Amino acid sequence: MIDSIQEILSTLKKNKTRAIMTGFSIAWGIFMLILLLGSGKGLQNGMENNFRSTSKNALWIWSRRTQVAYDGIKAGRYIKFTDDDMKAISDKYKEDIDNFSGRFFLRGDAAITYNNEYGDYFVEGVLPEFNKIQMFKQISGRYINDPDINKFRKVIVISLPVVKNLFKKENPIGKYLKINGIPFKVIGTIEDYEDKERKRVYIPLSTAKRVFNGGNRLSEMAIATNALSVEENKRIEESVVKTLSDRHHISPDDKQAIGIFNTLEHFKQAQGVFAGIRIFVWVIGIMTIIAGIVGVSNIMIILVKERTKEIGIRKAIGASPWSIIRLILSESTFITIFAGFFGLVCGMALLAGASAFIQHIASQNPEIERSFYNPSADFDVAFTALIVLVFAGIIAGYIPSQKAAAIKPIEALHDE
Amino acid sequence: MGKSIIKVNQLHKSYQMGTNSLHVLKGIDMDIREGEMVSIMGSSGSGKSTLLNIIGILDNYDKGEYYLNDILIQKMNEKKAAQFRNKYIGFIFQSFNLISFKNAIENVALPLYYQGVPRKKRNQMALEYLDRLGLKDWAEHTPAELSGGQKQRIAIARALISKPKVILADEPTGALDTQTSYEVMDILKEVNKSGITVIIVTHEHDISEMTHRVIRLTDGLIGSNIKNGIHQPTITITNN
Repeated sequence: MIDSIQEILSTLKKNKTRAIMTGFSIAWGIFMLILLLGSGKGLQNGMENNFRSTSKNALWIWSRRTQVAYDGIKAGRYIKFTDDDMKAISDKYKEDIDNFSGRFFLRGDAAITYNNEYGDYFVEGVLPEFNKIQMFKQISGRYINDPDINKFRKVIVISLPVVKNLFKKENPIGKYLKINGIPFKVIGTIEDYEDKERKRVYIPLSTAKRVFNGGNRLSEMAIATNALSVEENKRIEESVVKTLSDRHHISPDDKQAIGIFNTLEHFKQAQGVFAGIRIFVWVIGIMTIIAGIVGVSNIMIILVKERTKEIGIRKAIGASPWSIIRLILSESTFITIFAGFFGLVCGMALLAGASAFIQHIASQNPEIERSFYNPSADFDVAFTALIVLVFAGIIAGYIPSQKAAAIKPIEALHDE
Repeated sequence: MGKSIIKVNQLHKSYQMGTNSLHVLKGIDMDIREGEMVSIMGSSGSGKSTLLNIIGILDNYDKGEYYLNDILIQKMNEKKAAQFRNKYIGFIFQSFNLISFKNAIENVALPLYYQGVPRKKRNQMALEYLDRLGLKDWAEHTPAELSGGQKQRIAIARALISKPKVILADEPTGALDTQTSYEVMDILKEVNKSGITVIIVTHEHDISEMTHRVIRLTDGLIGSNIKNGIHQPTITITNN
């Protein structure tokens, strides 16, 4: 082993410039591959950041006016969800649903006051499970829980921008603020993963309906299914829409009355795009490396030609064809791996630098995070690239080594 | 007289040159005994290089028989041929054929590398052989830094290191001046005295006169096979 490396090094030392030039094409190929893959990953991470705050298999359901006359009722009727819809669905799809929450919105923005501070915010009544569909980072205190719902507690969870507006530097937990003049106790503060600046105010669903005259009405519904595939989620989606349509006498042809947003479908679509980009990047990367391989192969062929006499001597004094093949193969593999590794490290270093830089920008401008974030090539990729390199080296050396092994010692020895 | 080391019966060899066939060896009979020092002479085109290539298992023959150390050498794969060369034969060439980017020690040690001898041991052995040929001080030098005589001595050390039965020397003095030629021949005589059979291809009479026997090739046949009066073949039983 050490002997082979010594052999390789002694020939490479003799041809330093050539070895460097040869290696460069491979190093460049790998460098570009890593850079492209990292960028692809960065775009993907940015896209996934957009889905960060919502359960991946969430269904968001809302209602609108009917567009098609059906069952003796004319079009244009406004569909209103009720607690009964919620119960019907949570009963019927017990097996398919992980979390479920009705949502009750206060009409328009509500005036919220704390001492002399004042702001208009969109207030939403939800169930405790809502936090598992629309996810938040709990900054302090707690989220709405079941006793809050059962006891109609007047408690409120607010996001950090609201805290900043109303409480300034004060700790809001345990303080009372007023929604349209009705006092609510702050029990927790949250931050939106997706948009740190978003102002959100949550109160228990039961309290919201009772205090703000909701009766049994629901504004919207949110479901997190346990579906693992887009198809399954789609099936649940269609079935839920059908159930709701039947309950509200909506024509099956009415595409307008019930709105539904299938997160998993959109997530998978976006992922599909990035899977496509990744394949594209690999194809380009491999092509670049092939260009490198051809370069190495080319130079190795010239090298073998130049070394005809040396190879002839080696054969005359007892080198087997296989040992000659090994000599040439190990040389090309050595160049490719060494240069490729260099390119790999450079690429990774550049990505790490870029990643740190983007993180730095993102701390001031969160928008960036959602389009390009943490461009990195993980170890899987690096490992794959390394395997590609070894293969590249062997392929690059194959033809030259065959040529070398075919050299006849008598002819080589007379080659001056 | 020792046992036969190289025995050739009715050896034929032709080369295909396009549509023409060039019959180079037309039935050679030869018997070289262990411990002999033989020179092969002949004008260019007489087939002496071809004969040497066949004896050195660098080339195949078409018809006849060739026994090396009582082993019939037939068409064999390259790996086996390489092993035979490595084990039985040491080559010395007119143009030395040293590897230019390797120093003296590495050049001498190369046959042992192909035998799988560990680096430390083979370098030590190479140094011993260089010492025997008076080149210890030049061990770290590359061929370019050495004179012709020194280069040929390194080549001889390389040929000897694998302890071969036969040394095949193809015009070993062809590139050297008379003084150096005689020095190299003295070394080859020493080598021969240690029991190794030496076969020298040459066209210089003063060189061939130093051997026990002169085989003259004419047009692919043995022209004459004359024992030199000067030397009686010394019989030395080798210890390997």
